[in-house]
Amino acid sequence: MIESNQNTTSGITHLQEEKSNVAISMSAYSVLLEILKRDIRVALRRQSDVAAVFFFFIIAASLFPLGSGTDPKLLSAMAPSVLWVTALLSCMLSLSRIFASDYADGTLEQMLLSNHPTVLIVLMKILAHWVLSGLPLVLVAPLIGLQFNLSNEQLQILAISLLMGTLALSLIGSIGAALTLGIRGAGVLIAILVLPLYIPVLVFGAGAVNAVSIGMSPNGALSLLGAVLALALVFSPLASAAALRIALE
Amino acid sequence: MNMDFIANNVVLKADNIVGVRGDRLLFENVNFEMSQGSVLYLQGANGTGKTTLLRMLCGLSKPYAGNISWCGENIDALAEEYYKDVLYIGHLSGIKEDLTALENLQFSIALSGKRVTEKQTAEVFNALGLSKGLNLPTRMLSQGQKRRVALARLWLQDAPLWILDEPFTALDISATERLKQKIEVFARDGGMVIMTTHQEFTLNIPKFSQLRLDENVIKKVA
Repeated sequence: MIESNQNTTSGITHLQEEKSNVAISMSAYSVLLEILKRDIRVALRRQSDVAAVFFFFIIAASLFPLGSGTDPKLLSAMAPSVLWVTALLSCMLSLSRIFASDYADGTLEQMLLSNHPTVLIVLMKILAHWVLSGLPLVLVAPLIGLQFNLSNEQLQILAISLLMGTLALSLIGSIGAALTLGIRGAGVLIAILVLPLYIPVLVFGAGAVNAVSIGMSPNGALSLLGAVLALALVFSPLASAAALRIALE
Repeated sequence: MNMDFIANNVVLKADNIVGVRGDRLLFENVNFEMSQGSVLYLQGANGTGKTTLLRMLCGLSKPYAGNISWCGENIDALAEEYYKDVLYIGHLSGIKEDLTALENLQFSIALSGKRVTEKQTAEVFNALGLSKGLNLPTRMLSQGQKRRVALARLWLQDAPLWILDEPFTALDISATERLKQKIEVFARDGGMVIMTTHQEFTLNIPKFSQLRLDENVIKKVA
C-alpha cells in the first residue's frame, strides 16, 4: 500500500514535470517580493487612500501649535507626545486596508492557498502597509517637528523612533485588521483592539524624544522600542496568519 | 512505469465528510475517491453545501468530521505541500479590480511560483476570446470578461487537481465550450477536477462521475 502511494505521488510529479516547460520557476524570495510589489502597485492606483492618511497626519499635527498659543517652551514640551499620538492615529486609520479589499475580492483566498507559508505572505502585506502609510510619516515628521520648535537632535531622534515605531505599529495593527475581517463596524473595533497594544510603542517612542529634551540619552528608550519591534516582528505575522485562517473558514 | 497501475490508484480520498453550518447539518457521510483522470461533478440545490464541501476539499475550512487525504496523507498535515497541487477558483474570482488583466494573471501565476511572459498570457487570453481591454483596469471589464481573466489560470498554472466552484457563471456559449474542452483535455492528460455548476453538463471522458449532495449518491456516468 505504501509502495503504491509512492508510485501515485511520482505519477503526479511526472505530470507536473511535463507541464513545467510552460512557465519559468521563481524562487520563494521573488514570489514574496512580487506580493510586496503588487500591494504597493494596487495602493498607488488608489492614490487618494494613501494621500488621505498622509494629510491627516500633517493637518492633525499642525492643529496643535495653532490651538495652544505661542509659548515655544510649551510647544516643544508637548511635541513628542502630540506627534507620536497623531502618527499612531493615522497609522490606525489605514489598518483595515491591509486585508479588507483582498478579502472582498477573493485574492486573499488565493494567497492562503499558495504553496508559500501564510506567515511570510502576511509579513509582506504588513511591510507594504508600512511603506505606504508609515514611511511617509517618518519622512515628513521632522518638517512638522520644526513647527514645534524642536532642536536638531530632537528631530533626529524623532525620525529614528518613528522609523522603528511605525513598523511596529503596522505589525501589531495587522492582528486587529485580521481579527476584524468581514465584521460590520470593523473600524471602531480595530481601534478598541489595537490602541491598548500600541501603548508600549507610544511610551518608548515619545520617551526617546522626551529624554533628549531634558538632556538625557535616548538610547534606553530606543533599545526598548527596538525590543518591542523585534517581538512584534516575530509574533504579529503568526497571530495575523492564524486570524486570517479563521476569518476565511 | 506501469501507467495503468497509477491511473487506477486513488489520489484524493474523502472519507465520511460531515458539513455543518451554524447548527444546521448540511451533509453527512460524503465518501468519494479520485484517481488520475477523473472528474467529479457536484450537484445539489442551492444551500445544500456544495461550496462548503469545495472549500473543505481545497483546505480553506475544516470538515466538521471526517478525513480528506491526498496520496494517503491528511490534507491539513500536508498544508502547503497540498496547496501547491490544487488550483481553486471560487465564487470570488480573485481579480483585483485596480490591476489590468495581465497583471492579475501574472500575479496569480507568480503565487504558484511561476513566471509567465506577456507572450504566454497573450496567447491564453486570445484562446479565451479576450483581446480587447487588456490594458485597462479589470474594473472596466464585464462580468464574463473578468471571469475569463480568472479562468486563464487554468491554462498556465500546473496543478494536478482543479477545484472549480461554478466556473461557467457569466460565461457566454463559446467560452463555456472552450472551458469544457479544456477540462476534457486536462482529464485525459491525467488531471483531476471537482466542480459544480447549475448548467446541464456532461463530459466525454472515461472517468466522469456525479455526486448529488442532497441525496448523497454517486453516479458513474461513463
